Amino acid sequence: MKVRLLDVAHARSGDKGDTANVGLIALKPEWFPFLQKYVTLDRVGAHFKDVITGPVERYELPNLNALNFLLHGALDGGGTLSLKTDAQGKVFSTAMLRMVLDVPDGEATALKLPALKLPDRQ
Amino acid sequence: MTTDKNGGKIVRIASGQGFWGDWLEAPRRQVEGGDVDYLMLDYLAEVTMSILQKQKERDPKMGYARDFVGAIESVLPAVAKRGVRVIANAGGVNPPACADAIRGVAQKNGVSDAIKIGVVTGDDLLPRIDELIAAGHPLANMETGEALSTVRDRVLSANAYIGSTPIVEALSRSANIVITGRSTDTALTMAPLRFEFGWADNDWDKLASGIIAGHTIECGAQCSGGNCLYDWQSIPDLANVGYPIVEGHADGSFVIYKHPNTGGRISVPSVTEQLVYEMGDPNSYITPDVIADFTTIHLEAAGENRVRLFGIKGRPPTDKLKVSIAYRAGFKAVGTLVYSWPDAYPKAQLADRVLRERLDNLGLKFDHIMTEFVGVSATHGPLAGEPHDPPEVQLRFGVRGENKADIERFTREIVPLVLNGPPSVTGFAGGRPKVEEIVAYWPALVDKTVVQTNVEVLT
Repeated sequence: MKVRLLDVAHARSGDKGDTANVGLIALKPEWFPFLQKYVTLDRVGAHFKDVITGPVERYELPNLNALNFLLHGALDGGGTLSLKTDAQGKVFSTAMLRMVLDVPDGEATALKLPALKLPDRQ
Repeated sequence: MTTDKNGGKIVRIASGQGFWGDWLEAPRRQVEGGDVDYLMLDYLAEVTMSILQKQKERDPKMGYARDFVGAIESVLPAVAKRGVRVIANAGGVNPPACADAIRGVAQKNGVSDAIKIGVVTGDDLLPRIDELIAAGHPLANMETGEALSTVRDRVLSANAYIGSTPIVEALSRSANIVITGRSTDTALTMAPLRFEFGWADNDWDKLASGIIAGHTIECGAQCSGGNCLYDWQSIPDLANVGYPIVEGHADGSFVIYKHPNTGGRISVPSVTEQLVYEMGDPNSYITPDVIADFTTIHLEAAGENRVRLFGIKGRPPTDKLKVSIAYRAGFKAVGTLVYSWPDAYPKAQLADRVLRERLDNLGLKFDHIMTEFVGVSATHGPLAGEPHDPPEVQLRFGVRGENKADIERFTREIVPLVLNGPPSVTGFAGGRPKVEEIVAYWPALVDKTVVQTNVEVLT
């Protein structure tokens, strides 16, 4: 089953120099272990590979049902140097929430994860 | 000061400004909407100091956050008659001039006798840079490792982030308006808690609690429903949003709440979003006073629009202070044009190619050129996928470089596209883009021992 992060988490992001941080928070406490297991360093690195130029760091905050990611080289130099609309990384949070994960059906059903509904385009 | 139902003292600290430019109504609403003991106003962001330094160079009476003067005027009755005390890092690079302006406002309103201004200085390292470098403090860039000497002649400002101790001293000497320069945002909230509860300077858990209380409210309404993604459609009455207030307790625990009859929402999700904002390593949130561990925070709902935080752990700080240095780093300009349906995106893409070719033909030199297509990919890049026939797309074209003349020339190349480029273009009413000087941020560390703060209380 396909699960989109937007349907299982909320997020906020900010900046430190040329690094954007994304705090990813489970919408329900029982979904945090799912985020812990599936939203890995490699998965996030692959998600942002065409968007950032540096490495990713990952931290866990089980007390807040949250993960924190540092996306280095995300902001075209950051702060006043940056030519980007999102020079301060404010909406990297929502870019993260676009991530779609493949989850075995049994696991997804047990956790009552919402399945991704593909929009009708035509 | 009031007490809780068990007779314990509580201290209420209201956030009235999350950055310079925040809602002008907020400070007054915070002191009029209910009883508070302190009003905390945070004005300084990373590059604010350099803007203020430029203003001070033009006029030695400037160099502080001028919004603060209006904010103080709007809360003067509460300060003069009800004993609300104000703590703000509005002093920028010129806290004494800020104090003079505040004294002027107090005089004008006939309340001079009731105002004691505490002024914290010592964070300004600009006059001491060469002395520090000569004494073996390289002020190397924390991100790149480069020594400051590489940009020394372009430095505009240099300020150490200072902690809560001088603010506590000003409060203990009865100041009711405390003005600092580059103190940390969190110290503005932690200092009154430390002062009121008499926390020792090595009571790491309580100091860490004070820091996290500060982090929670330092961005104003961003923890009380503003910019809150969780269930955003249901957040009530943002037009009347209530800014957050810390209700601090002696054991370090605290409740975040807002005044009754205000909009927004304080909930576990809204507070959690703010806790993770601008977070680095959550195990080590380093401040001059203490290292706070965000992985120890316990959060619980404590009634309607009330969230309690407790159990926070801290440990001793490092022997360094962070230094915020600003330096001139060339020039930039960003221009925009809007292309409409049909084929809005291909038209904007063609305009981008034409513009790049013209800049190239002119032989202009830039360090960097960036094109964004707003409405297609500006905020999420390729993650946004293919656009589906949007009604309009904004071409947003930016350049940066050392040569100001080349940047100036670029600003003349955008608007002609209206008549000599792809069709169906509009949105150029602003005319040609403005050339901006880039003032860049250089974070560094310095030994704590070289920074001496000073507190003066003016009566």
